[in-house]
Amino acid sequence: MNRISVNVDGTTYEDEVEPRLLLVHYLRDRLGLTGTQNGCDTGNCGACTVDLDGASVKSCSVLAVQADGGEVTTLQGLARDGEWHPLQRSFHERHALQCGYCTPGMIMAARDLLRDNPDPSPQEVRNSLRGNLCRCTGYQNIVEAVLAAAAARESVPAPAAGGERT
Amino acid sequence: MSAFGTRVNRVEDQRLLTSGGVYVDDLRVPGLRGAAYVTFVRSPVAHAVITRIDTSRARAHPRVVAVYTAADLTGLPAPRPFGRPAHSGGFFAEPLLAGEKVRFVGEPVAVVLTEARYDGQDAADLVDVEYRRLPAVVGPAQALHDGTLLFEEAGSNLADQRDRDTYDDTVFDGADVVVEREIVNQRVACVPMEGRATAAVFDGTRLTVWHSSQNAQRCRSTLAESLGIPAEAIRVIVPDVGGGFGAKIGIDRDAIVVAWAAWRSGTAVRWAESRAENLVAMTQGRAQLNRVRIGGRRDGTITAYRLDVVQDAGAYPRTSTLAPVTCTMAPGVYDIPQVQTGYRVVVTNGTPVNKYRGAGRPEATAAIERAVDLFAAEIGMDPAEVRRRNVIAADAFPFRTGTGALYDSGEYGAALDRLLGAAAYPRLRAEQAARRDKGCVNALGIGISVYVEMTGGGGETARVTVDGRGHATVLTGSSTQGQGHGTAWSMLVEAELGIPVDRITVVHGDTDLIPKAVGTYSSRSLQLGGSAVHQAAADVRNQARWHAAGLLAVRESDVTLDVASGTWHVAGDPGRSLTWDQVVGHTGAGSIRADAEFASERPTFPFGAHLSVVEVDTETGMVTVLRHMTVDDAGPVLNPVLAEGQRHGGIAQGIAQVLFEEVRYDADGNPLHATLADYGAVAAADLPDFELEAGETPTDVNPLGVKGIGEAGTIGSIPAVQNAVIDAVAHLGVRHIDMPMTPDRVWAAIGEAGTERRSRR
Repeated sequence: MNRISVNVDGTTYEDEVEPRLLLVHYLRDRLGLTGTQNGCDTGNCGACTVDLDGASVKSCSVLAVQADGGEVTTLQGLARDGEWHPLQRSFHERHALQCGYCTPGMIMAARDLLRDNPDPSPQEVRNSLRGNLCRCTGYQNIVEAVLAAAAARESVPAPAAGGERT
Repeated sequence: MSAFGTRVNRVEDQRLLTSGGVYVDDLRVPGLRGAAYVTFVRSPVAHAVITRIDTSRARAHPRVVAVYTAADLTGLPAPRPFGRPAHSGGFFAEPLLAGEKVRFVGEPVAVVLTEARYDGQDAADLVDVEYRRLPAVVGPAQALHDGTLLFEEAGSNLADQRDRDTYDDTVFDGADVVVEREIVNQRVACVPMEGRATAAVFDGTRLTVWHSSQNAQRCRSTLAESLGIPAEAIRVIVPDVGGGFGAKIGIDRDAIVVAWAAWRSGTAVRWAESRAENLVAMTQGRAQLNRVRIGGRRDGTITAYRLDVVQDAGAYPRTSTLAPVTCTMAPGVYDIPQVQTGYRVVVTNGTPVNKYRGAGRPEATAAIERAVDLFAAEIGMDPAEVRRRNVIAADAFPFRTGTGALYDSGEYGAALDRLLGAAAYPRLRAEQAARRDKGCVNALGIGISVYVEMTGGGGETARVTVDGRGHATVLTGSSTQGQGHGTAWSMLVEAELGIPVDRITVVHGDTDLIPKAVGTYSSRSLQLGGSAVHQAAADVRNQARWHAAGLLAVRESDVTLDVASGTWHVAGDPGRSLTWDQVVGHTGAGSIRADAEFASERPTFPFGAHLSVVEVDTETGMVTVLRHMTVDDAGPVLNPVLAEGQRHGGIAQGIAQVLFEEVRYDADGNPLHATLADYGAVAAADLPDFELEAGETPTDVNPLGVKGIGEAGTIGSIPAVQNAVIDAVAHLGVRHIDMPMTPDRVWAAIGEAGTERRSRR
C-alpha cells in the first residue's frame, strides 16, 4: 500500500492505495466521484479524461500513485459558484450530448484543446478530439459546441486572477 | 399540438453536464453497500467440450465470496430452445453458464464474487477449466456445409429457414438484363460507450435488479422466466443508460447470472463489463450473407428482384426477427412486379447476433440499393434516373408490397428530387467527369440511396398525474438511452395542459412504478410512447375541465384552458380563471390522473433519400467522405433538436459500418479484436458535417401523425456511402466492393479490376 495526497476539484484527499489502482477507479470507487466514466480500459475512448496538473490525461491509463501530490480537475469541478463552464453551456445549447457517457471526458478534452488553441478551426477540433469516442451524436454538435465555446470565450473579458485557469 | 416543430434544448442535460449521469456502475444506493464484484470466467476457445472445471483454487482465495459454475445453477427452469420446431427441432437452447460445451470465445463458464473490484480478475484466473477443442465453424458460408455441428443433436447448423422452395426463375425470363451477386453485410459490434452493467440485491423476499437496458419490463419477465420466480417478486430499475443501439433490449444471460448470484448468495452484487468483454460477449449486429438477383429492361424498368438471405445467428440464436424483417423490406421504395425472398438462419462459433440499429432493415436497404446500382451500371443509365423510374408513385399509397408490407404514406420521388436539387447533382457529375478526364489520383464518387423503413407497431403505456401543486408527473413505458424522452414527453404535456416544462417530471425504467410497458427500440418511442403520453394528458385535461366547470359554476363546454398561461377560465371571460392547483384542490383527491395504453395495429414507414460524396485515393484506396446530404421524412417533427441528433448519430454509425467496422475471426474462431484499439470505431476526424433536410409526410396510424427517426440515419447512409465509393472507382472497372471498405480492400478491388481489363484485351 502507498500513501497518496491528491487534490481533486479543490479538495485534498489522503489515502492508502494499492500500487496498481488506476486513477479512474480511485476517483470513482474511493472518492465517489462518479462523474468520470470508464469506457474502454485502453485509453482509446477518452470517457475517463481528466485534467492532471494542467494537462488532460486518460485516467484509465494513470495510476493513482502517479497523481500523488498532484491536482486533478474533473467535470464535477468545472462549474464555479453555480456558474457553468462555457463548454458546459455550449454542450447544452448545441445538443452535443445524448446518453452523456462520453460527455465528461469530451468536455475535459475540449477544455484542454481550447487552452492550447483558443481559436481552433472546425477541422482542428475534429482532429484534436480523435481520442474521444462518442457513439450517439455523430460528433457534429460536439464540434459546433466546442467552436461556440471558443467564440464565447473570445467575446468576454478574461476572468480575474483566481478564476479558472483556462 | 402547438409544440411541434419547436427547438427545445434538453431538460436532461443539467445533471449529465455537471455531476455526470448515474449509470449502473455509479450507483451508491444503500442496498448496494458492500456489494460483491462479479467477474466472469469466459471461454478462450471458440468451440470445445468442457472436460473439467476446478474452482478449488479460486475458492481458496482469501477475498473470494463465492464461485459458481453451471453445476450450481440447479432448480432453474430449462432454457427455452430457439426456433420453430419444424425447422430447428427446438435444439438451439442457450444455457446461463456453459457446462458441457462452449460455442464462442467469450461465452461465460463461471463467475467469481469478490470483495474488491481488482480481486475479481485475480480470482477468475484461478478457475481451472479444461477444454477439448473442436473444429470451429467460422462464418455463415462454412455453417451451411454442416461439416462441424454446434448442436450435434440438431443434426444441422440450420436453425430456421423460409420460402426458398418458392423461388421461380422464370420471372427473370423476360428481362433484358439480369445481374446477380453476393453481398456481405458484415458482422459489427454494437459498442455503446457504457457496456453492459448490472447490480442486484435479494432481501429474502424480493430481488431488486439495476440493469442498463432499453426496457426494464422485459428484463423483469425474462428474469422471472429464467429464475423460476414470480415477476411480482422482482423489481427492475434502469438508471441512466450509456447508449443501447438495440444491444440492450431486455437482459441477456450474463446479466441474468449476476441477478441469480445475488439471489443465491444473499450478497448484494455488481458487475460492469470491461470493453474486452463487451467486444466478444455483448450481442453483435448485421452478419448477413445476401444474394441479390435483379432483372429489368434497358429502359430502366426493374421487373423482378430476388433476395436470398443467410443470417449468421452466432453461437445461439437469440432472435427470430432479423431475416424476416430483411425479407419484408426487400423491395425497398420500388414498385417491382415480381419479388421473391427467402432466408436461412445458421449457427456459427461467433458471438450471438441480435438487434443493432435498424435490425434487419439496413440489410434490406443495403441489398436493394446496391442491386439497383448494379443494374444501372449494367444498362449504362444514371443510378438516379433508374431510381426515379421505379419508385412507388406518390398516389399509390397506402401501398401493399409484394412481400406483404403495407406502406402507410410516402413521397419517394419527391424526396429524391429534392435531394438531387440540394446536392446540385449535375454539377457533381460534371466534376467527377472532369477529374476522370484529367486522370486525377483522387477520384470523386457520388452515391445515392432512397430508403423506406419500418418502425413502431405494437403498444406502449403512460400515466400522467397533476398534483395539488400544479406539477405534472409522467410515468412512461418508453425509457431513454440518451434520446431525450424527458424533453419530448414534457413538450407533449405542456402543449396539452399548459404546465411549463420545468414543472413536469418524467419517470421511466422502474417496474414497481411502471409494471406494464414495452420499451424503447425500433424507433417506436414518439409514435407509441408519445401517443400514449398525449392521450393520457388529454384525458387529464378532460377531467380537469369537468372539475373547473363545477368550480366556475358553468357548463363544461364553456370552460377553456389557456395553454400559454396554464389557467382555466370561462370562455370569453379570462378574468374568472383558475390555476391547476386550484382545480386539483377542488377534486378532493389530491391529484388528477389518467392512464393510457396506446396501440397501433400497423407499423409506420419513414423514408428518405441520402447522397454521399466521397473521394477515393486510387493509389492507396483511402476513402474520405466529403459531404453527406439527406432528406429524411418521418412525419411531423416534435423537437427538431432531438430529431437532428438522432439523424447525425445514425449517419455516423452507418458511415462507420461502411468504412471501418467489422468483427472478424481467424480460422479457429478467435476474434481478431480485443480492444477499441483494434476495432474500428469512428472518430470526429473521420466525418464531415452532415447536410440535413426534412420532409413531414404524416401517417394516419397514430394521433400525432409521426413515424420513427432513430434508425433512419443508419439505414439511409450505408448504401449511399457504399455506392459512392464504388462509383468513385467504377471507371476503373470496379462493380462491387464489400464492406468495410478499408483502404486495402478498395486498393485490391482497383488492382483486380485492372488485371481483369488487361486480360480481356
